[in-house]
Amino acid sequence: MRHIIIGAGPSGVVAAETLRKADPAAEIYLIGDEPEPPYSRMAIPYFLVKKVTEEGTYLRNASHYAEQEIAYISQHVSSVDTQAKQLGLADGSSLPYDKLLIATGSYPVAPPIPGIDLPNVHSCWTLEDARQIASLAHEGANVVLMGAGFIGCIILESLKMRGVNLSVVEMGDRMVPRMMDEKAGGLLKKWCIEKGVNVLTSTKITAITEVGDEDGSGMSVALDNGDSLPADLVITATGVKSNIAFLEGSGIETKDGIVVDDYLQTSVADVYASGDVAQGKDLSTGEYHVQAIQPTAVDHGRIAALNMAGKQVKHHGNINMNVLDTLGLISHSFGLWMGVDGGDSVEIYNPDLYKYLNLRFGVDDQADILVGASTLGMTQHIGVIRGLIESKTHLKDWKAHLMQDPTRIMEAYLASTQVLDNIV
Amino acid sequence: MQKSLHLDPAKCTGCLQCELACSYEKLGEFNPSRSLIRVFTFHFEGRFAPYTCTQCDEAWCQRACPVDAITMDLATGAKVVNDDKCVGCKVCTISCPFGTVNYVQETGKVAKCDLCGGDPECAKSCPTGAITFIDANLTGYERMQAYAEKSLPSAEASA
Ligand SMILES: Cc1cc2nc3c(=O)[nH]c(=O)nc-3n(C[C@H](O)[C@H](O)[C@H](O)COP(=O)(O)OP(=O)(O)OC[C@H]3O[C@@H](n4cnc5c(N)ncnc54)[C@H](O)[C@@H]3O)c2cc1C
Ligand code: SF4
Repeated sequence: MRHIIIGAGPSGVVAAETLRKADPAAEIYLIGDEPEPPYSRMAIPYFLVKKVTEEGTYLRNASHYAEQEIAYISQHVSSVDTQAKQLGLADGSSLPYDKLLIATGSYPVAPPIPGIDLPNVHSCWTLEDARQIASLAHEGANVVLMGAGFIGCIILESLKMRGVNLSVVEMGDRMVPRMMDEKAGGLLKKWCIEKGVNVLTSTKITAITEVGDEDGSGMSVALDNGDSLPADLVITATGVKSNIAFLEGSGIETKDGIVVDDYLQTSVADVYASGDVAQGKDLSTGEYHVQAIQPTAVDHGRIAALNMAGKQVKHHGNINMNVLDTLGLISHSFGLWMGVDGGDSVEIYNPDLYKYLNLRFGVDDQADILVGASTLGMTQHIGVIRGLIESKTHLKDWKAHLMQDPTRIMEAYLASTQVLDNIV
Repeated sequence: MQKSLHLDPAKCTGCLQCELACSYEKLGEFNPSRSLIRVFTFHFEGRFAPYTCTQCDEAWCQRACPVDAITMDLATGAKVVNDDKCVGCKVCTISCPFGTVNYVQETGKVAKCDLCGGDPECAKSCPTGAITFIDANLTGYERMQAYAEKSLPSAEASA
C-alpha cells in the first residue's frame, strides 16, 4: 500500500505520522513544495520577534521523518491523474499512489489595487515572506498593515515588538470582525491605540505609490478618506484561498476548497483532503466550510489518515476557534460566538479592566448547551469551552449558575461531566 | 505498570495542600494561583473537586502544537511542555477540551501537569487520600478518560 500526502504543513505531517501508526507496513510519501523542511506558519510571528530561529518553526526535528520511515520529497505537484492514480511532479516525473491525501493549504490573496505588486508590499504567509519582512521592518520604519483580521492581528504584535511605526487599516467597522463582536473588537482597538498602534477601521486602502526616496523604498499609501500614510513596508493580510489550481482536470470536486464527505474523502475514491484546503464540516452549523485554523488542520489530518488506513472514522466536524495575544491582551472566540436567534446569552463587560466574557447558549432542546463564547483578558481553563461546545453537554441546573456567574465555566464542566456526577 | 493520578472529589476537604505543594515544586514558592492541579469549590453543596490533566493518549494539545513543544515522557506517559521550544502561541490551551493547559503571562509559555516525573507532589501532600498515584488500571482514571473522550466527537477512535 502506498500512501501519498501532498502538502507538508501541519495537516500533512500529522497525517503521515498517523498513517505510520495505523498502517505500519505501508509506504508513506510526504511531498512539500517549499524549500524549507516542513514548518509551521503559526510560528512565523515568533520568528519575527526572534523568539525562535528559523529552525524553531520546523514542525519536527530533522531525523524525525527518517525515523518514522516517511519519505519526504521536496517537489511541486503539478497534476493529479485520478484515472491512472498517479501524480505529475514539477520535474516531469510521475509517481503512482494507492491512496492520496491533498493537504496543500491555502495562499494569501490581496485586493487588486494600484501598487499592490510593488517590491516592498508583502504578505506574511511563508518563511520567505517572513525573511523579507524581517529585513524591512526595522526599528522606526513606517509599516502599514492592511487588514486587521485574525492573521493581521496575529502579526500585529510581532511588528509592534520590532519597534516599527505601525498603522493598521481595516475596512470592517472593527478589528477582527469575524471573530469578535463590537464590544470585544472595540476594546481591542482601544487597547492597540493605547499601545501606540495607529488603528484605522472602516477605512480602505485605495492605492500604493512609490514616492521616490533615494533608496526607492519610500511609499505612500492612499486611503479612501482622502488621507495618506507613509510606508517603508506594506503587509497584506487580506484573506487566503485554497491551493486547488493543480487539481484542474482531475475530476476532484472543488468549491471554495476541496469538497469532502464525513470521512474526509473527496468526490473521487481513494483521494482525501484535509486542513486549509478542505471544506470540512463545521460542528456548530453542520455546514461545510474552509476553516483555515491549525486545530482543524491537525484534526483533519489525523482523521483522514485513519480513513486512508481503512479504519472508517467519521469526522463529526470541528468548531471554529481562535486565540489572539495582542500586545498582552488575550482574546478567544469559540463556535457560534455571535449567538443564535432566540438563544440565551450572558456577559461580563468591564472596559476599564479590558475584561469581557460572553457565553452563548442554544435554543429549544439545546437551551442548556453552550454553543459559543468570546473572551477578552482570560487565560485559565479556557479549553473547557471547546470541550463543552463539542460534547454538547447539557448543563442542566448549571446553566442557571452560569447565567449568574459565567466565570464558573470550569465548575460547570466538572459538575456536568463524569468527574462529579454526584454533584448537582 | 504505568501509574496515574486518582482524584476522588468525595474525599477532598478543600484544604489546598495540593495547590501549595504543586506550586512549590514547580516554582519554588507557594503560589496556588499557578498550581497545575486546581481545587474547584462548589459553595452551594460545600463540596470540592481537585482536577488536573488526564494525560490523554491522543492528546489534543500535543497534536495542535506548531513546534513540537509537547512531548510524551516515555517513563510516565505524561505529556510534557518543553519550555525551550514553546513559543507561547496558546493554541494548545484552546485545543485541550478539558481546560488543563494554561497560559502563564509571567513566563510567556504554557504550563500543564507533568506528573512531577513520576512522583507527584500533590498526591504526597494530600492528607485525605483524595489524590493518590496508583496503578492506572485501578484508578478508574481510564474510565474517566474514556468517558471524557467518548463525549467528544473529535476524539473518535484512537489510532
Ligand atoms: C503568520 C500566521 C500565523 C498563524 N497563526 C495561527 C494561529 O495562531 N492559530 C491558528 O489556528 N492558525 C494560525 N495560522 C493558520 C495556520 O497556519 C493554518 O491553518 C495551517 O498552516 C494549515 O495547515 P495545512 O497543513 O492545512 O496547510 P499549510 O500549512 O499551508 O501547508 C500546506 C503546504 O502544502 C504546500 N503545497 C501547496 N500546493 C502544493 C503542491 N501542488 N505540491 C506540493 N506542495 C504543495 C504548501 O506550499 C505548504 O507548504 C497562521 C497562519 C499564518 C500565516
Ligand atoms: S503554547 Fe507552547 S506548547 Fe502550546 S501549542 Fe503553542 S508552542 Fe506548543
